[in-house]
Amino acid sequence: MRLPLMRREIPTFIALVVGIICIIQFFIPHWPFGRMVDTFADWFTIMQAVAIWLGALNLLKISFQKVTRKKGHDRWYGAVVILSFMLMAITGLLLSGGRRFQMPGTRFDWLYINMFAPLASTMFALLVFFVASASYRAFRARSWEAGLLLVAAFLVMLGRAPVGDSMTGFMPPGYQLSDVASWIMNYPQLAGQRAIMIGIALGVASASLRLILGLERSYLGGQ
Amino acid sequence: MWMDHPGWVVFGTWVAALLTLGIISFLYRDNPVYKFCEALFVGLSAGYWFVSYFWQTLLPRQWDPLADAFGVLFSGRAVPWGEFVLLIPATLGIMMLLRLIPGAGWLSRWPLAFVVGFTAGLRLITFLQSNAIAQLHNSVQPVLAYDGSGGFLLWNSFNLLLVTVGTFAGLFYFFFSKEHKGAFGRVARLGTWFLMVTFGAAFGYTVMGRMSLLIGRIDFLLVNWLHVAQ
Amino acid sequence: MTATNDTATRTVWERLLTIDRRIVFVFVGIALVVPFFLGVSQKMPVSREVRMMADAMERVPDGALVLISTDYDPPTTPELQPMSVVCMKYALKRKWRVVICGLYPMGAVQGNIAWDIAVRDEQFRDRRPVYGTDYVNLGFQSGNEAVIQKMGSDIHSTFTRDYRGTPIGEIPIMRGVTNLGNLDFMVNVSSGYPGTREWVQFGVDRFGLKMVAGNTAVQTTEMTPYVGKQLLGMAGGMRGAAELEQALGFPGKAGKYMVCQSVAHVIVIAFIVIGNIAYFATGRRRRGD
Repeated sequence: MRLPLMRREIPTFIALVVGIICIIQFFIPHWPFGRMVDTFADWFTIMQAVAIWLGALNLLKISFQKVTRKKGHDRWYGAVVILSFMLMAITGLLLSGGRRFQMPGTRFDWLYINMFAPLASTMFALLVFFVASASYRAFRARSWEAGLLLVAAFLVMLGRAPVGDSMTGFMPPGYQLSDVASWIMNYPQLAGQRAIMIGIALGVASASLRLILGLERSYLGGQ
Repeated sequence: MWMDHPGWVVFGTWVAALLTLGIISFLYRDNPVYKFCEALFVGLSAGYWFVSYFWQTLLPRQWDPLADAFGVLFSGRAVPWGEFVLLIPATLGIMMLLRLIPGAGWLSRWPLAFVVGFTAGLRLITFLQSNAIAQLHNSVQPVLAYDGSGGFLLWNSFNLLLVTVGTFAGLFYFFFSKEHKGAFGRVARLGTWFLMVTFGAAFGYTVMGRMSLLIGRIDFLLVNWLHVAQ
Repeated sequence: MTATNDTATRTVWERLLTIDRRIVFVFVGIALVVPFFLGVSQKMPVSREVRMMADAMERVPDGALVLISTDYDPPTTPELQPMSVVCMKYALKRKWRVVICGLYPMGAVQGNIAWDIAVRDEQFRDRRPVYGTDYVNLGFQSGNEAVIQKMGSDIHSTFTRDYRGTPIGEIPIMRGVTNLGNLDFMVNVSSGYPGTREWVQFGVDRFGLKMVAGNTAVQTTEMTPYVGKQLLGMAGGMRGAAELEQALGFPGKAGKYMVCQSVAHVIVIAFIVIGNIAYFATGRRRRGD
């Protein structure tokens, strides 16, 4: 069989057929379309799990390459990645009671609670320092629009923490900083957010249509 | 189960605390302890996902039904032929894994095309329905508000008008196919003001969110580990 | 004399603009640590969205079948875990039959942890919710929105086994529960994708679920357009969690954390103000005003 057919036309055809069936079932949710999309959902679920496996195996491959090819400290960090992966994988697959691997008290649960969770949480918690530092260095009221952004941010930050109400405690209820923050959230912010949401929705719809019709095939990569 | 033993709990708290401090050490500067913790995090995450998807998806949704069907096939009982459809995602899954093998990687385009087609098909309608039409419907509402006895509510009416005007002005700004000049440009500029307020609020909330994450870690260190605060 | 002062002032502002970022880090750290030792708590008014959420939950009858989807992982637990805990405590109070699930691999684990915390509350000392009859944890299933789409027609073939590995068909609470249409109400606690947006698009708009949501602060602004017709109420960020604790009558961790939040916000605002003053002070000189 011709290679371009296998590499480009068949994948484009698969996307077209699957996409169109998914669209039709919104209008005709009965047999056969509803059933077909349920089956596709099952396949998609499996495919996503395989994609996660692919990612994990690819990480292992790259880490092995790092260990064998690179010199210096980097190779050791590659080794740490491989060993910690093996630790979690072997513990979860073989040493934690099979399908009950997540139950409280299993070895896998111990690794999750005491190693994975603190590492993940702290990694993301670091962001606050950089947000604060970046705000200090770059958040400037250079124009009317930037000033508007700054004022809205201040009012929301003060209004959504109890300190805002402490500062405006002398004002009658309904006119305190938390009320101002709520007003911003419920009216001007809502209007802007709704415009963004509608804009994104139209963008997603047109991008989806291009993907289904095969006008956009960059996800297939090169030849 | 033996990991519930108090000794393991205390040891676990110490491990968690030291790993937390290892990551925090990055604030001073990049250092080997941080890099070790980072590599550990990457490996453990990948391992976690690997195990989790195996036990909770691949085994019950792919392997179990297929194994049962093949088991029945050789037992002489009524064969659940429908389950053999799962051979299709199994094949597509193997094609996806071939991406790791140079020369056969292009075969992963078929499962990728399936994923793209399925996601695009679902999103095309749901985004239009929930995020475009429903939001437009919410924006096209009466802007004059009255109380139960028919009295005009000026402030409420102003707020309703603000939302409607703001939404449409914001949408005008997103029209890039027409130059932002004249009356159109002025409306688009008004739209940017609403967008700026939105971004400002989003910034405020982002700061709040990020602070919360750190508060959680400090709570762990001071309360669970050091027991110096309540 | 004037020239000397001017030079000194300029140096101060210019120095301020180029301070080591670690100085900012130290201030942020102190701002968050000190309130832990102050032992004060602050009451706050409950916002409209959280009041709506509490009212919507109040309208759900006792003994109703409620889905609580915990779609988040460890990094966002400080904000979201208090929401899950307070919703589960409320579920115990109202004797709801609870079905927990997660669209994040760690979501179902977090749901389990939250349930254990809720059950340990003094108020429920005499209650012994039975697993499988009063509550169940369906665990995690991959597929993002495809999971919700499938749950709309058949929950049993979506989550074939629960968190403990038991086949769903053998669990009493799940007998007669075919699809999302059999659920009376839903609480979604989410930190991103897949989460509230997908539950609204598929669960609410497609399959008619009645739903409230708890979101991270970062996600809150994006979800506000749904509040009202699509979402019956929403709690956003730690403040939302603290308000929810107050509104549902179960004071908890989020309320305690709000003092830290207050101090931290003031510090960030102070830094932005100082940064702006320094910028404009030095900028004017650069322009030769």
